[in-house]
Amino acid sequence: MSRIWSAGRLTYLALTLTAFLSIFPIYWMFVVASKTSDAMGQVPPPVTPGGNLGANIARLFENTDAYFLTGLINSAIVAGTVTVSVVFFSTLAGFAFAKLRFRGRNALLLTIVATMMVPTQLGVIPLYMLMTKLNWNDRLPAVIVPALVTGFGVFMMRQYAGQAVSTELIEAARMDGCNTARIYWNVVLPALRPAAAVLGLLTFMTTWNDFLWPYAVLNDPENPTVQLSLRALSDGYYQDMSQVFTGTAIATLPLLLVFVVFGRQIIGGIMEGAVKA
Amino acid sequence: MAVQLDARPPVAPAHRTPRPSRVVRLSRFDTRYSPYLYIAPFFLLFGVFGIYPLIYTFWVSLHDWDLLGAEHPFIGFDNYTQLLADPDFWHSVVNTLGIFVISTVPQLLLALWLANLLNRQLRARTTWRMAVLIPNVTSTAAVAIVFAVLFGREFGMINWLLDHVGIAAIDWKANRLAAWTAISTMVDWRWTGYNALIFLAAMQSIPRDLYESASIDGASRSRQFWSITVPLLKPTIVFAVIISTIGGLQLFTEPRLFNSGTNAIRGGPLRESQTVTMYMFENAFAPHYNFGYGSAIAWLLFALIAVVAAINVLLLRRLGGGVKGEN
Repeated sequence: MSRIWSAGRLTYLALTLTAFLSIFPIYWMFVVASKTSDAMGQVPPPVTPGGNLGANIARLFENTDAYFLTGLINSAIVAGTVTVSVVFFSTLAGFAFAKLRFRGRNALLLTIVATMMVPTQLGVIPLYMLMTKLNWNDRLPAVIVPALVTGFGVFMMRQYAGQAVSTELIEAARMDGCNTARIYWNVVLPALRPAAAVLGLLTFMTTWNDFLWPYAVLNDPENPTVQLSLRALSDGYYQDMSQVFTGTAIATLPLLLVFVVFGRQIIGGIMEGAVKA
Repeated sequence: MAVQLDARPPVAPAHRTPRPSRVVRLSRFDTRYSPYLYIAPFFLLFGVFGIYPLIYTFWVSLHDWDLLGAEHPFIGFDNYTQLLADPDFWHSVVNTLGIFVISTVPQLLLALWLANLLNRQLRARTTWRMAVLIPNVTSTAAVAIVFAVLFGREFGMINWLLDHVGIAAIDWKANRLAAWTAISTMVDWRWTGYNALIFLAAMQSIPRDLYESASIDGASRSRQFWSITVPLLKPTIVFAVIISTIGGLQLFTEPRLFNSGTNAIRGGPLRESQTVTMYMFENAFAPHYNFGYGSAIAWLLFALIAVVAAINVLLLRRLGGGVKGEN
């Protein structure tokens, strides 16, 4: 074996340093969240947790600038609905693009890929006007409905279905009298499950994390997503930093939990997507 | 490429009856038309909420579309000519490009280096990968707020650390270059590990005997990295550069939340860190509500992304070609 593959002490040292820098801001967020608000003025800055987390949480949920509890519930509703919908429609359309023949297939697929390259900002203003027309401004459908499908999801599922679903199996199911809907449900969906799980995780995290579009369309301070609650907290005139950090910590927690439980799949998904791209 | 097999059922065995049975006709209908059924819901939503707004933005940008005005007269390219002469717009372009350059270059170099480290025989492989990816799965808004505090002028930890090496406190929000640096730091913190994993995936598909024969020829480790790894990674590097260009030039959440208070959407009192997207929001929504002008900004942003992406690809092609020629 060439020595290029061996990991020496320096490698571990460099990785440890990188890992420290990666984790420290998150760790520190929890530290400040557990302190009293005057901890911010301390020299040296605090690096060990305190015992004030409970009081900070209580203050945060009572804060009428942030509507933090509403934000949490709204974000859970939005991210949950969007995830289920994106996975369902992406597997459905991805299967059709990978395994069924129909007129205009390539042109339609090309349209999807082309729009994936266009920045979301380009559509924000007309989308806002559309929401005004539908009377959805300041309401959750404004955030949920435009996100129900993504070109990325369809493209990802199409790539995966091309390899993971065997055409012989589909033909066999047809011979046995299955119609296309049953084939999707009984043959294709089970085969797509690993990739669908990754898509679901990525979609949940992106949606939970989204800021730009909710910021544009949800202007009612009493009906925010959790990220908008954070903005309200940090824009406040008087900044109670341990309360703000309690908010950022709680808003980050679901993402961290998802990552701790499904980290392996998420990493696999990112690396697999890279090779195919 | 996988061969696309005809998914239609085999031709039904010749029936005695002149007309195919109901079941056969149904199944023919199924195979011919049901594919459209499967993509229809997607395209319905995608069309209304994805493609239509993209096209309509251009139409809006040709109008004097002030929300307060009753009429929205057609004015052709006036919004664009006005924008090209708008110093605040150009200011935001320079900010965006500045932040983009000082974040992307170190980010991709660091990611290459990190991928190279991760590509060795490591103990607890998955743990290291998770550790470098963890910044990517945090809330952007939360991170921006935390970094804004870390970069605080008086009590920020960064200034406290700098003080130990004899550097006087920097006012990160009031100095343009300092604000760019702070925002770039949070972008890099978030994306370096992600890019490292993408590079790592590509590195693992490079056949190892290439390295073995190179080391038999006496090529050093760094020589192998620059003459084998980097050239073979070129497609992935191009991919990463394009993704970073699209993402970097759209930057919004980080600079918006790095600033707080009344001037937040302006990126500080003197627009120190206002990006193009922030300028678009300032004009399209509160306080100006000028949809026409905002739409024109959106289109110029799109043009900017396309131009920068094209320049990047051209540059990379040249660089890569040079390295390959050496081999």
